[in-house]
Amino acid sequence: MNEFIEAQVAFGWEDMRSSYDVVIVGGGGHGLSTAYHLATRHGITNVAVLERGYIGSGNSGRNTTIIRANYSIPEAVRFYQRSVDLYSRLEEETGRWIMHDRKGLLWLVHGVPGTRNERARSIVNQAFGADTVYVTPEEVGEICPEVDLNAGGGEYRVTGGSYSPHAATARHDRVVWALAEGAMKLGVHVHQRTSVTGLLKVGDRVTGVLTDRGPVAAGVVVSAVGGHVSTLAAMAGVRLPIRTHPLQAYVTNHYARSFRPIVASAEMGFYVSQTPRGEMLLGSRIDNQPSYSYRSSYEFLSYCSLPAVTLLPFLRNLTILRQWAGVCDMSVDMSPIMGYTGVEGFLVTTGWGTGGFKGIPAGGEQMAKLIATDRTPELIAPFSLDRFKQDRLMFDPGSTGTTH
Amino acid sequence: MVLRLDCPHCGPRPADEWVYGEVPDPPDYLTEGDERDVDRGFMMSNTEGVKVERWFHAGGCRRWQTITRDTTIG
Repeated sequence: MNEFIEAQVAFGWEDMRSSYDVVIVGGGGHGLSTAYHLATRHGITNVAVLERGYIGSGNSGRNTTIIRANYSIPEAVRFYQRSVDLYSRLEEETGRWIMHDRKGLLWLVHGVPGTRNERARSIVNQAFGADTVYVTPEEVGEICPEVDLNAGGGEYRVTGGSYSPHAATARHDRVVWALAEGAMKLGVHVHQRTSVTGLLKVGDRVTGVLTDRGPVAAGVVVSAVGGHVSTLAAMAGVRLPIRTHPLQAYVTNHYARSFRPIVASAEMGFYVSQTPRGEMLLGSRIDNQPSYSYRSSYEFLSYCSLPAVTLLPFLRNLTILRQWAGVCDMSVDMSPIMGYTGVEGFLVTTGWGTGGFKGIPAGGEQMAKLIATDRTPELIAPFSLDRFKQDRLMFDPGSTGTTH
Repeated sequence: MVLRLDCPHCGPRPADEWVYGEVPDPPDYLTEGDERDVDRGFMMSNTEGVKVERWFHAGGCRRWQTITRDTTIG
């Protein structure tokens, strides 16, 4: 955490205790949100969040900050709509400006199968609490006049889409700081530059963590790790259905005009929004290879830019300022995994894949509820790890393929 | 630089030409049949470090290759 941020937030750093009721591994959005909700909703404050780098240095600081609930399966729509609602109240609740901005999401399709999908998506969304509607090409043109509905005369003519007015963006670091501050004000400890090197076990039960600053006993250990979760879970003897892939994004220089909605096309494989600074932020699909590397590539710039300039010709006049990569835990059914692992004292919140940012408030709230009550809340019961054993997969690739 | 995989027929080729094939590797401590089946079906080691992998060169010689790779670099 740099000096600028230290001046913005009001909390002090504490020495590490030898024992906590709850130890959360990973000081990103999900770890801090779990700590924040434990402290604010359940009065559990003997909690430590351990972070290898600085808070928000992993995927919480590398994502494209899109908040949306337009999923295709009821369980996911319900869960993410809860998150959308919590996000819109987060500024009021924490007293911190997270730059939350309701922009609306335009999800374009280019043909009959896509049109059918978006009609189905809007029906499922409306039935389970999200406000997604199906839109015709004319309505697309009204919502976002910059879109070339003919797609340059090529095969990707816009045949319709769905529009989700609830979709928003927020400043990712500010979300992390607001949650950290809220938790620390109530007595939660956040330890940065603290690596977890192993787990303390009695028999099969996990009783604490081994860190590079010594052992810490814990009533329960929660893995909120992004990227390296399989390595941590293996220490507990837990196998996860997760493969780690890099995901890249880039921003252009400033576009002087206001570009209001978030525009995405899963078929063409890109999505774009404007940052509060005016830069155009673009992303695409995950990299092909399983990898933990943060390396970015020129090839990504080309396969992400081609469809983007086809649909939004004004992007041709902009130049790319910078690009970066994060590593995503992709579960086999593209849905998150939250809750018990079968090993006593060890919980996970993982499998957030390419879209963990949008799940931060609801994921933390529900994990905190699970820890406080020792029962899986109804909202996240479908996302338990044992769904794979029961062959009850939450398969929803169409909603997570490109847009995050 | 995009990741390049070394094909014995085609030389080093970009990863986008290849299809990754997950090889099931249930750990030895799983002895019960059903548990091993669940592991083979869904679970992955997701190794952080050097790993022997199977890749199909779909955009080239269209053969399966065994490739050793360090997942923390590539």
